[in-house]
Amino acid sequence: MSDRVVRIAAGQGFWGDWLEAPVRQVRGGPIDYLMMDYLAEVTMSIMQKQKSRDPRAGYARDFVPLMERILPDIVERGIKVTSNAGGVNPRGCAEAVLEVARKLGLAGRLRVGLVTGDDILDRLDDLIRRGHPLADMETGRPLSEIRDTVLSANAYLGMAPIVEALRGGADVVVTGRVTDTGLTLGPIFHEFGWSPEDWDKVAAGTVAGHIIECGAQASGGNLLKGWRSVKGMADPGFPIAEASPDGTFVVTKHPGTGGVVSVASVTEQLVYEMGDPRNYITPDGVADFTSIRLRQRGRDRVEVSGIRGTPKTPMLKVSIAYFYGYKAVGTLVYAWPEAFDKAKAADRILRRRLADLGLEFEQILTEFVGVDATHGRLSGRPPADLPEVQLRVGVRARDRAPVVRFTREIAPLVLTGPPSVTGFAGGRPAVEEVVAYWPALIDRREIEQHVKVDILSA
Amino acid sequence: MAQRARKATLQLRYLAHARSGDKGNTANVGLIALEPDYYPLLLREVTPARVAKHFKGMVSGVDRFELPNLSALNFLLHDALDGGGTISLKTDAQGKVYSTALLRMEIPVPLALARRLSRS
Repeated sequence: MSDRVVRIAAGQGFWGDWLEAPVRQVRGGPIDYLMMDYLAEVTMSIMQKQKSRDPRAGYARDFVPLMERILPDIVERGIKVTSNAGGVNPRGCAEAVLEVARKLGLAGRLRVGLVTGDDILDRLDDLIRRGHPLADMETGRPLSEIRDTVLSANAYLGMAPIVEALRGGADVVVTGRVTDTGLTLGPIFHEFGWSPEDWDKVAAGTVAGHIIECGAQASGGNLLKGWRSVKGMADPGFPIAEASPDGTFVVTKHPGTGGVVSVASVTEQLVYEMGDPRNYITPDGVADFTSIRLRQRGRDRVEVSGIRGTPKTPMLKVSIAYFYGYKAVGTLVYAWPEAFDKAKAADRILRRRLADLGLEFEQILTEFVGVDATHGRLSGRPPADLPEVQLRVGVRARDRAPVVRFTREIAPLVLTGPPSVTGFAGGRPAVEEVVAYWPALIDRREIEQHVKVDILSA
Repeated sequence: MAQRARKATLQLRYLAHARSGDKGNTANVGLIALEPDYYPLLLREVTPARVAKHFKGMVSGVDRFELPNLSALNFLLHDALDGGGTISLKTDAQGKVYSTALLRMEIPVPLALARRLSRS
């Protein structure tokens, strides 16, 4: 028992990640759990939009065909899946998985745990009325200021409903807005039967979750240190956390896969999207990242230990998405000679035309790709006479009309502006709706009493 | 003067690696010493004030956090992302490459170290 480990494998780091990864995690070596994180900050609003057009939609659709590919392996090997693919329609997602299971002849052999209660869109007015301001954590403005434009509102749930679903016998746990780290914490706490108030253990599982939640970003992908020496990235091994009952764990990947698991690869992922490292707050507890110790323990094995934590806070974070306005980005490519000067001249002409038309924008942003788009003025003076420069102009407005008109002003520059211009074959730029993110806090008691776990059978 | 003569300046890229991400309109940059030996140098020279000066006009303020256990510093760069997330018009709306923008910064280092590292 003491040397028993639980292997949690990352299958997706975001909605849109490499589709082969979960299949290879399941078939490439021993794992106990497959963890698939789909939800970024604005993903919920995209899903809400899809659901408003089709009540059966609103979840990560990729998840279902993926499950169709791996369900037979999962059932055969007794692997369990935790995923927040359910988005704003976890029930629809769970039912789609059950349907696929039946199609595969797995009726009676698969149970899906369904977690609901994170969605508070229908409760917002009641919550505001009862004195929850749901103020923006960055600006302090109360939600009532933008209430009419809210598209989705979900509280971040932690590991508790996942532990409950696993205890109830679920093979696949489908949730809405459960934290990325909760998807890893749930399996570890379920397997080891740890107390959810063992704050060091909560912190350890949180760090394990944070390391693997972005997929290959912990195992060689996007690794800056020594990037040229990272081999086999056509077939990268996604990270696996091997958790031990003492609260330590090893980050590794399947043998024979590409990429690398090193102190450098794990450290880069640890600092990704970090705030105050002593207070990494999740619904389950608070982790102190300054207590983490990393040691290379053989090839592609990094041991993580020493992690300390403090109790969970009385608040839960709420992710609210609201309609903000419109934006569009237009691009043109200018060729040598004097490509940069031509692009700058075109930008001046465009801005003058927009002004003459009396169009009002909240923001007009010009970048010269190849010169300053990534590092701004820190890029310094470009080398003399660049081979080519892409002019990239973006506009944003609360109203649609000026943005639409802007998209009609790019192509004319080809015949009415500086020479040697190309790269406009894509046609007029698209007008995009801007859905913005409003992070807020709420008393966890308002949420936890509504969280529900159902176990559904195929 | 003699003391000064033994110093040189070196870009952080020779001393550290980095990864960045976003939280709303704030970018974070985790700056990690390439060798643990370099961490005290980073701690001393890569101050919040100098980082704020490096990013002048691009960010409204800088916070620094220390992670000696990882030989790393974490910087929060406020108002760095033109509104951030979906609002931003920037190519780098999520601050993914603020990491390497910080590695452009130059700090004073012992001359011998500068010579050794800029050769490698």
